[in-house]
Amino acid sequence: MKILVGYKRVVDYNVRIQVKPDGTGVVTDGVKLSANPFDDIALEEALRLREKGIATEVVVVGIGPADLTAHLRNGLAMGANRAIHVVTSEAVQPLTAARTFLKLVEKEQPGLVLMGKQAIDDDANQTGQMLAALWDRPQATFASKLEIADGKATVTREVDAGLEVIEAELPAVVTTDLRLNEPRFIKLPDIMKAKSKPIDTIEFASLGVEAHDHLTTTRYAAPAKRSKGVMVKDAAELVAALKQKGLL
Amino acid sequence: MSERETMEYDVVVVGAGPAGLSFAIRLKQLQPDTSVCVIEKASTIGAQILSGAVIEPQPLDALLPGWRDHPPPICVPAADDEFWLLSKTGGRKLPVPPGMNNHGNFIVSLGAMCAWLAPQAEALGVDVFPGFAAADTIYNEDGSVAGVRIGDMGVAKDGSHKSGYTQGIDIRAKVTVLAEGARGSLTKQLIKRFRLDADSDPQGYSIGIKELWQVPAGRVTPGKIVHSVGWPADSRTYGGSFLYHLDGDRIALGYVSGLDYTDPNYQPWEAFQQWKNHPMVKPLLEGGSILSGGARAIVTGGYQSLPKVEMPGALLIGDTAGLLNVPKIKGTHQAIRSGMLAAEHLVAHDLKPAGFDAKLRGSEVMAELKKVRNIKPGFKKGLWFGMVNAAWETAVGGASPWTLKNKADWSMLHKLGQQEEPKRDYVQRELPPRDRLAAVYFAATEHDEDQPVHLQIADTSVCVTKCAEEYGNPCTRFCPANVYEIVDDEAGKRLQINAANCVHCKTCDIKDPYQIINWVTPEGGSGPNYQNL
Repeated sequence: MKILVGYKRVVDYNVRIQVKPDGTGVVTDGVKLSANPFDDIALEEALRLREKGIATEVVVVGIGPADLTAHLRNGLAMGANRAIHVVTSEAVQPLTAARTFLKLVEKEQPGLVLMGKQAIDDDANQTGQMLAALWDRPQATFASKLEIADGKATVTREVDAGLEVIEAELPAVVTTDLRLNEPRFIKLPDIMKAKSKPIDTIEFASLGVEAHDHLTTTRYAAPAKRSKGVMVKDAAELVAALKQKGLL
Repeated sequence: MSERETMEYDVVVVGAGPAGLSFAIRLKQLQPDTSVCVIEKASTIGAQILSGAVIEPQPLDALLPGWRDHPPPICVPAADDEFWLLSKTGGRKLPVPPGMNNHGNFIVSLGAMCAWLAPQAEALGVDVFPGFAAADTIYNEDGSVAGVRIGDMGVAKDGSHKSGYTQGIDIRAKVTVLAEGARGSLTKQLIKRFRLDADSDPQGYSIGIKELWQVPAGRVTPGKIVHSVGWPADSRTYGGSFLYHLDGDRIALGYVSGLDYTDPNYQPWEAFQQWKNHPMVKPLLEGGSILSGGARAIVTGGYQSLPKVEMPGALLIGDTAGLLNVPKIKGTHQAIRSGMLAAEHLVAHDLKPAGFDAKLRGSEVMAELKKVRNIKPGFKKGLWFGMVNAAWETAVGGASPWTLKNKADWSMLHKLGQQEEPKRDYVQRELPPRDRLAAVYFAATEHDEDQPVHLQIADTSVCVTKCAEEYGNPCTRFCPANVYEIVDDEAGKRLQINAANCVHCKTCDIKDPYQIINWVTPEGGSGPNYQNL
């Protein structure tokens, strides 16, 4: 079985996000970029399935500008067999991403598509679901446990009421939650090995995907700053201050 | 346990700073078929590099002719220089000392510059590996350095192996080049093992604390460079500020405190924050926001403290050797030069380190240090003596027949009550950050909490007894990241080490008066994630 893994590059979770002064976006120049943490979990799960002998090939997929290659090499260093790089300099919205994946799915015929449940940059949480709908295959989102047997995926999901277990017939789309696994550390020799693994480069325009943006971003703004507090001398003053504000 | 994996290179470089990257670039330029890798503990290149930074471009011109056509992302030509003596409420403009004349220089972010250098090294075939800490050196049977051991990943706080445990590999090389920056942890071991400092004075250091600010439009004059001495330092403490106007309404600013200070109650971080509230600085920053911030040690011992820079199988370059020029407050040009010299030496001598020490000492790198060797030590006698002495040394071009001695910074600390504490004329601070914990947030420092503490203290029993009595636990004050705290709970008073806050500045390793703190590398990729510092 072949597994396709969505592997998006985002601003690293340790970076303090700064909104551009003109409000048109967040600063990404000179900012550390890394794999979306949920996608790392998806890749780890795919690698574990391969190690168990369930999967035979793990392919990481990235959509983005020419310099995305370095990011895909990290996925290869982690253990993916090969990578597909869909080259575009434009920002890609979830529906466009899902349509792009559909084209790749048609070509690659994977038994399973693993994706992060959401990317930590836009937090859209849509691409996996949209892909399943377009592909007309089952979806199992927010997986915290995944078992594959007899052509079916048994997926445990964390829901409000506790744990929900569902079965999905393969091929299917599974999106990963935080507790599914802990991604492995990359080893130095594997970085060297990754240099000789293949990356297929496909021009976005050549896929014939309709790239119509359904969402318009009007403005980015940083959360409002907390206003300065008032120092009180003692409990009595605190009570008086709270009363004055109508809070007591 | 399985056999440890090994990779082999002709040359392994520890540290992807200006020295290490320049070395690797030069080596590949001269001898493209030499295999070289650069190991960097930061998760990404430049994330643990912090400097002012005004740089002299000549060494860069020699290394990468044509770099000016595609400069690093932050690169502002130096314009006006100003030098001020501050009082609490005002200041007096002094003539700019010749060493601090920056005509022809550039204000850069050294972090961004290293991130710009690394791909150029990679294009020449250098393997650059960020996120891997060189935790130890390995040795050949004849005792020579054989390479480095990468730290294990996935070790729990108690030393047990977590589920993702990954053993670090050994990188074996014909020669190991240490370019770790000031107070490198492997360099420290090697200096001891090979007695590299047998003929030199103890090394000296300062701590530099820096912030990058985004300020409201209209306040910045790109290229303007302002340095100050005086307030908030008392006349016995070596301290001074830098303030560089960048483009894009950004200002890089910081405060440097000599770690040879004597008062155990001195707090370098507080001095920096005080200075920001000076009436000449505060109006520039008010209403702005901090983009990034952090701290690092600066090596200041210079000429008389330079250890031997070669040993069997290895050599030292850049700040870890100790090549910074204090009066110029610049080390980058020296780092690049020494990296290039080392590459040229190794290529000419079949990758043998022997002879590099003599080569470096005979070069302009050392000539520059010799000229200014008496300037920093003069400040031990206070600001006024220091300035007069500096003027003299500058006038005679360092031709004084004497060389002033350096003493170890940790030995300078007075015991509580041993001297009259200087009166610190501090103000009520209004600019952020409020305290050190709030400041650490801007360093974006990250360590997995479940890993062995990377600040090893040989004997913590002295903390609440001897040290509390003698020095009042200066670690709780000199650390800019609030790593050290004395807590008082059911178990009584004890030292708590908040290792996850550490910004890797090494101040504790340098200044602890008992010399029992040993800074070692945490798990690779841990530590600050500086942006454009």
